[in-house]
Amino acid sequence: MIDFFAHYNYIVVVILMMTGLYVVFASSNMIKKLVGLSLFQTSVFLLYITLGKVTGGKPPIVDPSEFKNDHGGGHEVAQATHEAATAAHDTAQVIYSNPLPHVLILTAIVVGVATLAIGLALVVRTRETYGTIEEDEIDGLDYCTNLEGHTGS
Amino acid sequence: MSSISHILPSWVLTHGPALLVVLPLLMAVLVALLPSKNTGAEKIAWMAVLSTAIICAFIAFGILGQVVSHGPVKYAMGGWEPPIGIGYYIDALSAPILLLITLIAVLCTLYALPSVVAEIEPKKRSPFYAAFLVSFAGLLGMVATGDAFNVFVFLEVSSLSTYVLVAMGASRDRRALTSAYKYLMMGSIGATFFVIGIGFLYMQTGTLNMMDIARILQDVGPDSRVVKLAFVFIVVGLGLKLAMFPLHTWLPGAYAYAPSFVTAFLAATATKAALYLLLRFGFTVFDPSWTFISKFFMYLLAGAGILGMLIASLQAIFQNDIRRVLAFSSVAQVGYMLLGIGMTTTLGLTAGYLHMLNHAMMKGALFLAVGAFWYRFGITQVSDMRGLGKTMPLTMAGFTIAGLSLIGVPGTAGFVSKLALVRAAAENGWWWAVGVIVVTSILAIIYIGRLIEQAYFQPAPKQGAATVAKNEAPMIMLIPLWILALSALVFGIDAEWTTGLAEAAAHVLEGGPILNTPPLSGGH
Repeated sequence: MIDFFAHYNYIVVVILMMTGLYVVFASSNMIKKLVGLSLFQTSVFLLYITLGKVTGGKPPIVDPSEFKNDHGGGHEVAQATHEAATAAHDTAQVIYSNPLPHVLILTAIVVGVATLAIGLALVVRTRETYGTIEEDEIDGLDYCTNLEGHTGS
Repeated sequence: MSSISHILPSWVLTHGPALLVVLPLLMAVLVALLPSKNTGAEKIAWMAVLSTAIICAFIAFGILGQVVSHGPVKYAMGGWEPPIGIGYYIDALSAPILLLITLIAVLCTLYALPSVVAEIEPKKRSPFYAAFLVSFAGLLGMVATGDAFNVFVFLEVSSLSTYVLVAMGASRDRRALTSAYKYLMMGSIGATFFVIGIGFLYMQTGTLNMMDIARILQDVGPDSRVVKLAFVFIVVGLGLKLAMFPLHTWLPGAYAYAPSFVTAFLAATATKAALYLLLRFGFTVFDPSWTFISKFFMYLLAGAGILGMLIASLQAIFQNDIRRVLAFSSVAQVGYMLLGIGMTTTLGLTAGYLHMLNHAMMKGALFLAVGAFWYRFGITQVSDMRGLGKTMPLTMAGFTIAGLSLIGVPGTAGFVSKLALVRAAAENGWWWAVGVIVVTSILAIIYIGRLIEQAYFQPAPKQGAATVAKNEAPMIMLIPLWILALSALVFGIDAEWTTGLAEAAAHVLEGGPILNTPPLSGGH
C-alpha cells in the first residue's frame, strides 16, 4: 500500500497514457482520436513534472533578500552581511526542486498544441472534402477510388 | 573536399553547425511573410529556398571536410558549454547525412519550380515553401544536435511541417488529407514514445547531453530497469519514424498522395534522419555490448528488417499506384538497412550505412521521375505508364537507371551496397539472410520490371487516330533527376568515396559510446 502511494503519480501517468492510446486506436471519429492523442501527450507532461520533484524540495526561486545587501553603508552593511551570511547558510540547507523538466515540458506543451492545431485543421479540411469525419465512412468513400485508381473529388 | 573549406570564410565554418539550422528557420519566417496575392512572390520564395539549400550544402561540405581532416566538430549553442548548454556534435556518422539532406534539398528545390506551380494553389505557394524550409531545418537539426531533448524538438519541428506538406497534396488527390492525418497520428505517437524514453534517460542520468548520458550510463550499467525502459521507448518511437516494418503503415499513404517534390524529398531524407538517430542512440549513447541491446539488434531489428524486406516487397508487386509501389519498396529497403545494422559487425554496419546513402539517391530519382510523369500526362497508375519509353524517353531512361540500381544490377550503386550486405551476412554465417536478400532482389525485379515493361514494351495510348506525341519533362525537372540517376551509376562504378564515408561511420559506431567529454563541472 505504501508502495502504491509512493508511486501514485506514476500510476496516474500510466493510466492516462493507456487511456489516451486506447482512444487513439479504438475510436474511428477523427476528433475523438485527437482527444486521445492529447491525453496521451499530457500524460508525458505529468511524467516529466514528477521527475522534477525532489522530496521536501521548495520551488526553485532564490530568495531575493539575499541580493539586497549590495547597497547601504556603515552599520547597516555589517547587519546586511550578517543577514547574508545567515541567508547563505540557509540556502545550503534548502533543497530546491529541479526546474529543468518544467522548462522541457513547456516546449513539449507547445509541440502538443501545434500537433492538435494541425490535426484539427486536417479534420476541418476532411469534413469539407468528404462530408464526414468517421474514418470507416471515409474508407468507404475512397474504396472505389482505391480500386479503380481514379483521382478523387 | 578541403578546397571547399578554403572557399568559405572561416566564421561560416566555425558557426556552421548553428547556421545549418538557423538559416533555414529564419528564411522560413521571411518566406512565410511574403505577400501571397502577388504572383512574383512564389518566384522569390523559390529563389530564397534554393539559395538557402545551396548555402547549407556548402556548409555541410565544409563540415564534412573538417570532420574528415580534424575529427568531430563540436559547437556550443549560444556560447553555453555543454552539458549545461545545448551542444552540437557532428562526427563521421552525422556529417554525410547532413550533406545528403542538403544536396537532396538543392536538387528537389530545382525540380520544385514547375512541379509546385502544377500542384499547389497559387496563394498557398509561399507558405508551402516556408513549410518546406522548416522541415529542412528540422531534419538538419535532428542530425546535427548532440542534445537528446533537442533531438525531440527538431524531430517535431520537421514532422509537424511534414504533415502540412503531405496534406498539401489534397488539391491533386483528396486522399492526401486522410494520409496526412494518419501520418500525424502515428508520427505524434512515435515522437511521444521517443520523449518518454528521453524522460527515463534523464531520470536515470540527470543530464540531456548525449555524451554525458553515455558517460553516466557506463557507471549505471546494463541492469537498471529504467535504462532498459528508456531504450525500448526510444527504439519504438524511432521505429515509427523510420518506418520499421510493422510500424510502417503511415508511409505508403504519405508518400503516394503528397506533392511529387515532397515525396521525393521525404523518401530520400526523412527516414534516413530517423535511422541515423537509431544508430546514434543504439550505438553511441547506449552501449551496444550490453546483452539486452545486442540481443535486440540481432533478433528484433534484423528480424523486423527481414520481415519488412519480404512482406513489403510482396506488397509492392500488387500495387496499382506507381508511387505506392515505390513506397512499399522504400519499406523493404529500410529492411535492408536494418538487417545490416542488426548484424552489428563492421561489415554489416558499413553495408547498412552505404545502402542508406545509395537508397537516398535512387529513390529520390525514382520519385522525381514519377512526378514528371504526372506533370506531363497526369499518370499515377502503373497501367497508364504504357509507351512512356517513347513519349518521355529521357525521363524514362533516368527512371530505368535508378530502377535498375534499386534492383541491384551490377554497375549500379544498389549493387555495391547489396553486395556489401551479402558479404556481411556471409561473414556472419547468416546464409538464410543471403537467401532472403536474393529472393527480395528477385521480387524487386518483378515490381520494378513491371513498370519498365509497361513503359518500353507496350504501345503508347492513342488519342483518336494519332498516338500521344513525345512530350519530355522540362529541363529544370530533368536535371535533378539525371544528377541523381547518374550518381547512382557513378557510385556503382567507383564506390570508393561512398564506401569510405560508410566505413568511417561504421568506425564511429564500432567505437561504442562517445565518452571523450570533460566531466561535469557544474550540475543540473
